Amino acid sequence: MQTRLTEDELAVQDVFRTFFANESPSTVVREAERTGGFSTELWAGLATIGGTGMALPGAVGGGDATLCDLAVVADVYGAHLAPVPLIEHAVAARLLATIGGHDELVGELANGTPLATIALRPPVDGIARFVPAGAVADVVLAHVGDGIVLDRSAPSGETLPNTGGLALAHRRLTDDVISVDHAAWNHALDEWRGLTAAAYVGLGRRVIEMGVEYSRERVQFGVPIGTFQALQQGYADASTRIEGAHLLAHRAVWALETRQPDASRLAGMALLFAAEAARFATDRSMQYHGGYGFSEEYDVQLYHRRATAWILQLGDPSLEYARLADGEFGPAVDGRMA
Amino acid sequence: MDFSFPPEAEAFRSEVRDFLATNLTEEMIEATHDGTMHIPALHRAMAERGWLSGPVPAALGGGGRSALESVILNEEMQLARAPIDAMGVTVIVAAILLEHGDDHLKQHVVPRLLDGSSLACFGYSEPEFGSDVAAAKTRAERDGDEWLINGAKMWTTMAHIADYVLLLTRTDPDVPKHKGLSFFLVPLNTPGIEIQPVPTMAIERSNATFYDDVRLGDEWRVGDVNGGWSVMKTALKYERGIAGGQFLSPPVIDAAVDWAQNHTRPDGTKPIEDPTVREKLIRALIDVEVCRGFAYHCADLANQGVMFGVEGSMTKLFASESYKRHCRDFHDMMGAEGLLTHESADAHLGGRIEENLRHSPVTTIYGGTSEINRNVVAEGHLGMPRAR
Repeated sequence: MQTRLTEDELAVQDVFRTFFANESPSTVVREAERTGGFSTELWAGLATIGGTGMALPGAVGGGDATLCDLAVVADVYGAHLAPVPLIEHAVAARLLATIGGHDELVGELANGTPLATIALRPPVDGIARFVPAGAVADVVLAHVGDGIVLDRSAPSGETLPNTGGLALAHRRLTDDVISVDHAAWNHALDEWRGLTAAAYVGLGRRVIEMGVEYSRERVQFGVPIGTFQALQQGYADASTRIEGAHLLAHRAVWALETRQPDASRLAGMALLFAAEAARFATDRSMQYHGGYGFSEEYDVQLYHRRATAWILQLGDPSLEYARLADGEFGPAVDGRMA
Repeated sequence: MDFSFPPEAEAFRSEVRDFLATNLTEEMIEATHDGTMHIPALHRAMAERGWLSGPVPAALGGGGRSALESVILNEEMQLARAPIDAMGVTVIVAAILLEHGDDHLKQHVVPRLLDGSSLACFGYSEPEFGSDVAAAKTRAERDGDEWLINGAKMWTTMAHIADYVLLLTRTDPDVPKHKGLSFFLVPLNTPGIEIQPVPTMAIERSNATFYDDVRLGDEWRVGDVNGGWSVMKTALKYERGIAGGQFLSPPVIDAAVDWAQNHTRPDGTKPIEDPTVREKLIRALIDVEVCRGFAYHCADLANQGVMFGVEGSMTKLFASESYKRHCRDFHDMMGAEGLLTHESADAHLGGRIEENLRHSPVTTIYGGTSEINRNVVAEGHLGMPRAR
C-alpha cells in the first residue's frame, strides 16, 4: 500500500510539470484554440522529452514506464490543458503494442510521428464521429462489430468548432479488421477512462488553485474575498471531491496496470466521479471569480469549457452510468430500457 | 502508487469476516434498538482476540496491528452492520491515554479498556458550546492536591454504560480559550456525577452529564495543565480519520438493491428497471469507492507515521455527506413503504433504510460538523485565511 506518489512518480511529475508549465501556458492553449485545438510545437516538444512513448515497451523504442507513471503525467497535462492528444495517442499506441504485429509503427508512435488516436464511439456506416484529435491524427484505431480497425488515411486538418476547443473531427474509416481481441479494445477504452480521470484531477486542482489565488487579491467590502466563509466552504467541498477523485483515479489506473478483477469497474467510476468533481470545481471557481471569470480574458473559462467537453467525447454520461449498472445488476430486462 | 494490501492484512480481513459471520447475529443487532449502540458479547469476543488493542503499538502493550488492519476491522464491521460506536470511542480513548496520559492511566486504565472490561466515552461538547468546543466552560480548579470539577456536558453518548468519560475542562479562564483547557479521565462512578438521557430522533440515545463538586486526584489528568488543546487535536485526528463512519452506506445500498430487484411498483415494473434508480445506485457505489480511497489513504498515512489532519476531515466530510444523500435517495425510492419503522413486521429488511435515514443527519454533525471540516480543509489544505 502506497497511496501517495512514490519517489519515482514524483520525479516523473517534476519533469512534466516543469515542461507543461513552460511550454503550455494559457497563451499556447488560446493560440491552439484559434488554430484547431492542436499545438504542433508542443507535440514536438513532448516527443523530445519522451512524453509520446513513455508508456510503450522498451523493445520497440518506448520508455517502459508504467500506466501509473502515465497517470501522473496525465494529471499535470490536465492542469495545463495541454492542447495535444497525450492520452489518446498513448492509449492507441499501447493497444497496437498489445495486439502485436505492428512493432515498426509502434516504434514510430513512440517518437510522436505519426500521431495516433482512438475513436471512442463505434463508427456508423464507416464514419467515426467526434474522434478526439481526429483533425490531426494520422492513425486512428476504432472498434467495429467485427473487431479493431486501423486507419491511416490523411487527416483533414478541419476541426469541428466545439465547446472545449478540442481538435475533434469525424473520420471515414477503412473496414480492415486487424484484430478481433475485443478485450484488448475494452481495456484500451478503460485506460482512456482512467487516464482522463487523472487529467480531470489535475484540471480541478488547478482551477481551485487559481480561484484561491484570486480570492487573496480581490477585495470587496474592504477585505479579500477569500476571508468569506461562503467561498471557503465551496472551495473546500470542491477540493475534497477532487482529492477523492485523485485517490479513485489512481486506484483505477493501478488496478488496470496490475489487472485487478475490478479494474474496469473502477475505471468507469473514476471517470464519472472525476469529471463531475472537476465540473463542480470549475463551476465554483468561475462563480467566485465573479464577472471576470465569465470574461474571455481570465483563464478559468478555458478550464470550465474543457471540463465540460472531455467526458462528452465519449457520449452522454448517463450512458456511462447505464453501462456500469448493466455490469453491476445485469442488463435491464424491460424493453424500454434498451 | 500501490493499493494492494500486504498478505497478512488480507489474511486478517478473512479472519474478521469469519469472526463476524459466526459471532454477530441478527438478534444482537436487533438488541441495539433499545438505543444503546453497543453489543457487549461481541465487544468481549473481540477483546479476547486482541482486536481492541490491535492499533496500539506492541511496545505499549497493544496488539501492534498496522493501521491498515485497523481500517479493515472497521470496514468489515460496518459492512456487517456491527455497531462500532462504543468500541471506536474506547479504542480512541486508549490511544489518547497512551499518547498523553501518565503512568497511572497507562497502567490502570488502558489495560482494562483494551481487554474489554471497561468502556469510555467522550465529554467535549457543552450545552452552550458545540463546534466552538474550545470555549468549554466546565471548570476544573485545584483544591489542595485534588481537582474540583463543576459543569455540564452534552452528547456524552454511551455515558450510561461507560466507566470513564474523557472530559474537556477549563483550568484557566484568564488566557485565550485554547490555552486554558485541560483533559481529565473521570471515572463515572465518582460522587457528584449525574447522567440524564437525551433521546434523539433516531434510535440511539445520547446523554447529558452534570458535574457537581466532583473531586479527582491529579493522577486522572490527561496531558499538561492548560495543554488540553493538543490532546484535543489527537482526539479529533483519530475520530475523523480512523474511527469509522466511512462505510455506513454499503448496508443501505445493499438494502436498496434488494428492494429495487424485488419490489413491484403499481405499474408492474420493478425499480431496478428504472434508469434513474440505476443511476442513483451507481452513484452511491461510486461514492463508496471514494470513501474506500480516503479510508485507505488515512490508514496508509498513519501506517507510515504521517500525522494527518486535513485528510481525516475530507474523509469525514465526504463519507457523512454522501451517506446522508444515499439514505434520502433510497428512502424516497421506497415511497410510502419506506416509512415503516423496524417496529412494523412489514418493514423491509427490518426497516434498515428508514433507520439509517433517521440516523444519518447526526453523522454530518458529530465529530466535527461538515462546516467545521470544510473550514479545516480551506485553512489547512488550501491555505485560506481563518474565517471565524
